Amino acid sequence: MSSNGFKSGSNLEKVLVAGQFAFTGECGPPKGANVDHLKEKMEHLRGCVDAINVTDNQTAVVRMSSAAASAIMVAAGLEPNFQMVCRDRNRLAMMADILGAYSLGIRNMLCLSGDHQHFGNHPESKNVYDIDSMQLIALVKKMRDEGKFLNDEDIDVAPRLFIGAASNPFADPTDYRIHRLASKIDAGADFIQTQCIYNMERFREFMKQAVDMGLTEKAYLLAGVTPMKSARMAQYMAKFVPGMDIPESLIERLKGAGKGKQAEEGIRFAIEQIEEFKEMPGVAGVHLMAIEWEHKVPEIAERAGVLPRPNV
Amino acid sequence: MIIADRKPLDEIQEMVAPYDRILLVGCKGCVTVCNVGGMKEVQVLASILRIARKKAGRPLDIEERTIERQCDPEYVEQLRDDVDQFDAVLSMACGVGPQFLSEAYPQQRFFPTVDTKFFGGAVQHGIWEERCAGCGTCVIHFYDGLCPVARCSKSLLHGPCGGSANAKCEVSADIECIWDKIVKKKMENGRLEDLLKVKAAKDWRTARDGGPRRSIREELVQ
Repeated sequence: MSSNGFKSGSNLEKVLVAGQFAFTGECGPPKGANVDHLKEKMEHLRGCVDAINVTDNQTAVVRMSSAAASAIMVAAGLEPNFQMVCRDRNRLAMMADILGAYSLGIRNMLCLSGDHQHFGNHPESKNVYDIDSMQLIALVKKMRDEGKFLNDEDIDVAPRLFIGAASNPFADPTDYRIHRLASKIDAGADFIQTQCIYNMERFREFMKQAVDMGLTEKAYLLAGVTPMKSARMAQYMAKFVPGMDIPESLIERLKGAGKGKQAEEGIRFAIEQIEEFKEMPGVAGVHLMAIEWEHKVPEIAERAGVLPRPNV
Repeated sequence: MIIADRKPLDEIQEMVAPYDRILLVGCKGCVTVCNVGGMKEVQVLASILRIARKKAGRPLDIEERTIERQCDPEYVEQLRDDVDQFDAVLSMACGVGPQFLSEAYPQQRFFPTVDTKFFGGAVQHGIWEERCAGCGTCVIHFYDGLCPVARCSKSLLHGPCGGSANAKCEVSADIECIWDKIVKKKMENGRLEDLLKVKAAKDWRTARDGGPRRSIREELVQ
């Protein structure tokens, strides 16, 4: 632990340690070297979130690297949450990128397995999976806390990163999901961001288990929210996105809003969710994944009453 | 055993296109058991190639042979008197066969007629599935007899990932999520604890990542 008492000293860590309700956003890097486009998207999030997740070749579609896009944010005075998946790199590349990311001023890192390349635009590629997400969490912790590489050699200036992991309370087998979350926390996750939540009833049960098992005492859990743009989007996600639980009642609610008003209804539902998460035991914040809807984040944040963001 | 599938006919026809007299060699090992490269399949492929070439007005002379195993020099040696009498030789064995043949008869050209797929077994008549990735360090006992290295699309040692749905893999509904099976089996048998500890990163040196592998049994080496 560093001298100031923080593991990483990131803004996100400080907000959470201060007991403030955290609010994080997300920004996918461009499909190219279009820095202007990235800057335009990330500027919408300025002042609205505590950290911005920067996705790593999400859905296995090749994009500007998450480390580079994160560094562009750092240079612009925004705080990234650098995502890394296990699909594209072996342990050498991972450790090198972890050191590189830290050197560029990145302080948060989210450790993920990654979607299989089958989903993406290079399905012919070889997948790596040298280590998995659980081992990646443990690796970052070892590098930070022990100052050692995976092979136990000393690191010359260890990377002090705030370690994140993902949890999908709705994927199968559901009985096991809480145990998988516990394992990720044991492995070293400081904070957890969940997959998008739509089935609030099931999530309440999941959180009750997490609280009962003491997990929320050991790590900060941020509830995942993705506002639906339309009933069609909800239907598509329900049908084609694995591990997604979208209640029929939500689809009906969006349909019922009528033409041209479904997006507003989606935002209303997201705001209701955020309001409930603020009060839900064990929930330390919200992770808002407004996919290709970054410009809506200020409005959602405002209406959800999470502004202004704390200055810690 | 090793499971293979026959290459598309077009590809094989293209291979033999320059030649008028070829030897087609089957193998009585794994490829016979998985019905792809045994005596019967040699007969069938030879007939198809003959008919196609006859139709095209350029008959192809094919001799059929099926040896005990193409992965054993002792049996490969049995072809010595014949190999040079042909324009080319086609092997119906796994990827090992054409290489052992090439090494034994460097002056001849050899072509593979099957695509070697995986180590597995028949789950029902006509359907074979992968069970082993040949990683060189077996860990099956940690997962109650189910190998995540071979059977998880991401080879996760700590699964299942968030893409597991209805016991199926996110990659395809035709692929079972082996982690769903591992977790359910552990839970049913009261051994969930086994899965909660973080396992060390796998040492891939014993897999293909360490370079081509050898197995030496000193007592047998003369």
